[in-house]
Amino acid sequence: MSLEMRQVPLAEGLLVLPAALAQEKSSGDHTAGSGPHFFQIVSFKWDHVQEPYIIALWILVASLAKIVFHLSHKVTRVVPESALLIVLGLFLGGIVWAADHIASFTLTPNTFFFYLLPPIVLDAGYFMPNKLFFGNLGTILLYAVIGTVWNAATTGMSLYGVYLSGIMGQLDIGLLDFLLFGSLIAAVDPVAVLAVFEEVHVNEVLFIIVFGESLLNDAVTVVLYNVFDSFVAMGADNVTGVDCVKGIVSFFVVSLGGTFVGIVFAFLLSLVTRFTKHVRIIEPGFVFVISYLSYLTAEMLSLSAILAITFCGVCCQKYVKANICDQSSTTVRYTMKMLASGCETIIFMFLGISAVNPDIWTWNTAFILLTLVFISVYRVIGVVIQTWVLNHYRVVQLEIIDQVVMSYGGLRGAVAFALVALLDEKKVKEKNLFVSTTIIVVFFTVIFQGLTIKPLVQWLKVKKSEHREPKLNEKLHGRAFDHILSAVEDISGQIGHNYLRDKWSSFDRKILSKVLMRRSAQKSRDQILNIFHELNLKDAISYVAEGERRGSLAFIRSSSTDNMVNVDFSTPRPSTVEASVSCLLREKASSVCLDMQALEQRRKSIRDTEDIVTHHTLQQYLYKPRQEHIHLYSRHEIIQNEDEKQDKEIFHRTMRKRLESFKSTKLGINQPKKLNKSHKKDRGQKRRNSNAIPNGKIPSENPVQDFTLKEKGNYSGGLGSLAVGAPLCPLSCPPPPPRIDNPAFSADDDQSIYMKFPPWLTDEDSVVPSQRARVQLPYSPNNFRRLTPFRLSNKSVDSFLLADGPEERPRAFLPETTHM
Amino acid sequence: MGSAHSVPEEIQELADKTGFTLEQIEHLHRRFKQISGDQQTIRKESFDRIPDLEFNPIRSKIVHAFFDKRNLRQASDGLAEEINFEDFLTIMSYFRPMEMNMDEEQLDHFRKEKLKFLFHMYDSDNDGKITLQEYRKVVEELLSRNPHLEKESARSIADGAMMEAASICVGQMEPDQVYEGITFEDFLKMWQGIDIDTKMHVRFLNMEPIAHCH
Repeated sequence: MSLEMRQVPLAEGLLVLPAALAQEKSSGDHTAGSGPHFFQIVSFKWDHVQEPYIIALWILVASLAKIVFHLSHKVTRVVPESALLIVLGLFLGGIVWAADHIASFTLTPNTFFFYLLPPIVLDAGYFMPNKLFFGNLGTILLYAVIGTVWNAATTGMSLYGVYLSGIMGQLDIGLLDFLLFGSLIAAVDPVAVLAVFEEVHVNEVLFIIVFGESLLNDAVTVVLYNVFDSFVAMGADNVTGVDCVKGIVSFFVVSLGGTFVGIVFAFLLSLVTRFTKHVRIIEPGFVFVISYLSYLTAEMLSLSAILAITFCGVCCQKYVKANICDQSSTTVRYTMKMLASGCETIIFMFLGISAVNPDIWTWNTAFILLTLVFISVYRVIGVVIQTWVLNHYRVVQLEIIDQVVMSYGGLRGAVAFALVALLDEKKVKEKNLFVSTTIIVVFFTVIFQGLTIKPLVQWLKVKKSEHREPKLNEKLHGRAFDHILSAVEDISGQIGHNYLRDKWSSFDRKILSKVLMRRSAQKSRDQILNIFHELNLKDAISYVAEGERRGSLAFIRSSSTDNMVNVDFSTPRPSTVEASVSCLLREKASSVCLDMQALEQRRKSIRDTEDIVTHHTLQQYLYKPRQEHIHLYSRHEIIQNEDEKQDKEIFHRTMRKRLESFKSTKLGINQPKKLNKSHKKDRGQKRRNSNAIPNGKIPSENPVQDFTLKEKGNYSGGLGSLAVGAPLCPLSCPPPPPRIDNPAFSADDDQSIYMKFPPWLTDEDSVVPSQRARVQLPYSPNNFRRLTPFRLSNKSVDSFLLADGPEERPRAFLPETTHM
Repeated sequence: MGSAHSVPEEIQELADKTGFTLEQIEHLHRRFKQISGDQQTIRKESFDRIPDLEFNPIRSKIVHAFFDKRNLRQASDGLAEEINFEDFLTIMSYFRPMEMNMDEEQLDHFRKEKLKFLFHMYDSDNDGKITLQEYRKVVEELLSRNPHLEKESARSIADGAMMEAASICVGQMEPDQVYEGITFEDFLKMWQGIDIDTKMHVRFLNMEPIAHCH
């Protein structure tokens, strides 16, 4: 392999990751020469797969390294991953060098710019907090443009000044070379900044300023680099004033052009995703392909590719997220994060590996040290001056602490390395010096500053970003603020941020969204609704998780009946359902909690039917119409004690009510005490067993019967009829007659049960919320945080998010009992 | 108080009271005259002259806030018929950005004042509580620009937010306990940890009014 490697011309800067393009050629010749003369059953074709194989192996190594790093929390908490990866890269590079004595694998500009950088930038753009970004756009632009030019100019000039003094010794180098070097070393690197700042968690304003700067300064870097590169090529004497003007013009062309390309592609992307309804499976692909095309297009037109893909992501995110379905959205999210994180890992590792190459090292202590000093010092000076200017205009002032972090966070990274690797050795004589200095600078900023920034941030007590759960109230108030502020700006007659944002959002609402969003998405795109939905979903999930933890979803049910009283306060019982039906429904709902107890009883007495019951209940959970789940969503989980208490209370009340109708029967009167006892016992048992049977699913209509039943024979009958009865539609079917397992009761039981309302549904009962409670918020336990009454949530959120017709709504009032 | 314009002392007094600079007051005064149509006072109808305000979903609430005596620091209740320039400045001063040289206590006070303004907007019946109905009303208005949204959704969002508020402010409640509404203390509690500094500011630059009036 090393032999083949030697054939690969090391020209054109550095070699491709696996320098296999050339290898393929050479190996192709090889196999052609000594082709197999006989048929081989199994042949070893390393050459055939070499290139992709090596790429895959490197990716695997990098990923495994990540796993290893995270085995120890102590290490990753102190040392940023990027630093670890660089060190690992150095180590691996050492191994490769020891084996081959040639730098076989290095980060080439091509690989970097075409494959590794775009995913990271796209990820940054697509998940850019837009409001924050545009709110601070002025600040970001100032730092990105003026700051970068300042850094480039001062660093280059100062180095040249020092060079003239002779400290650096004799170098074949002119002012333009220094400026070229300054321009490539000046830019803060988005990859490095992201990698380090994501672990530091500074407050979002600070983060967006540093990060936004690193993204947007690309245009400046590209222009400066190109301008000085061509100036160097032309020779210092041939540069005229016209060229300088052209350079300035090209800055605007490159940056605005890149942005424009990005916006055009974002528009395209949004438009395309509007029509992907029937090709859901490739939906996520569009996001990646079109954004990548924006990058390549900008590159093709020699515009700023980073700006293009950033703005493509920034502009399309709103519409794309609204257009694509949830699954696709998740796919996009994860794929993007995976790609970005993977690329980042590879970049840092290969930065380390690339450094192990004696061919590129030219040491010049003065030059390297001074570069380090200058970039740090001028960064600080630049930040302080610009912040001083900015603070006159900013509403939220940037304090000294922020300035320190901003200066310190000016990390250089792979972009600088790739740019310096792109230099032409024939034109820039001291390329190797530049390369080695860049490597040192990158390593110094990433490793040293990356290591120390965390303690620094802690020591300075920089305002950190807290990760809060999104709160509905916060969003609502935030929205109110937006409107108030734009109103106040209107009233005071200013055109400020809020004014512009207001204008933009109305333009967006009236035109853009209509063009770029699906009709269905236009409905639900409101952010507040999204948050509301998100929170509801989260709660629902936590319910299920809680249910699984307890081994039963009974708590949902048991509280549900209680809840209906407490929560569904706003409107009377389903008015849409005609009276008789609703009576029936109520009745059914009422039996829920009794059934729950019944289940306990039954389980105790007949163990062998348990599986069937479990199965049955499971089935019901799984095949419930969606309303059922909504029904569950709006249930709050309650703490065990309370759960038990409520259960018991409901049980008592219901029993009392129900048994009143059986007064004639002796058994009925005697029953409650016994039942209570056994019920209590069962409760305890249930907790201990954490049985997986959600109760309340019991088919039997009449709990009293269940309680009295002890014979298996009767039971199997009950279960059988249950299976038949299950699919019955609650609305269209008449109430299934209670199964008469015990003929003693059936006679009077039949009617009376249907006539009696459960205690919490009848008007005269104390459990019904007071008049005031109907409009005000009644009791909601601690963990019942955000869920609204299920009726409301059913109608509002889920009706459009789950695309369920409102006509199904009434059925939601049938809880689990529909199958009886 | 249109004449205040020409008398530096009065302007100075206003500046001391509201914290605006003289230039800002001058600028705001020009705007005031535009809105009022060169009158001494502004009435509710005067706000109709501002075209951009028309599309604001909570326009009525905001305009209302300008005449709310609680915000004008005149009385604990009631509505003013018309406001003069000083009142106008008082309301505007709620939106002044925080200044660097403020100490902790002042900042806290400032914060509270801002929140109070918002609170008063929600608490339309002035009973010191944002009840569920009031909250629903606000949310409905806030979401009213979305034509696809039903009122029900707005309601359920308000309900959800209210429950969230209840769980934040009261925590575990007894079964028969009823959460009456968000008091100002609760309101402050809900805002804890949320950075209001960045939220309730308008930059009052000393520039010419640009937006037009009819």
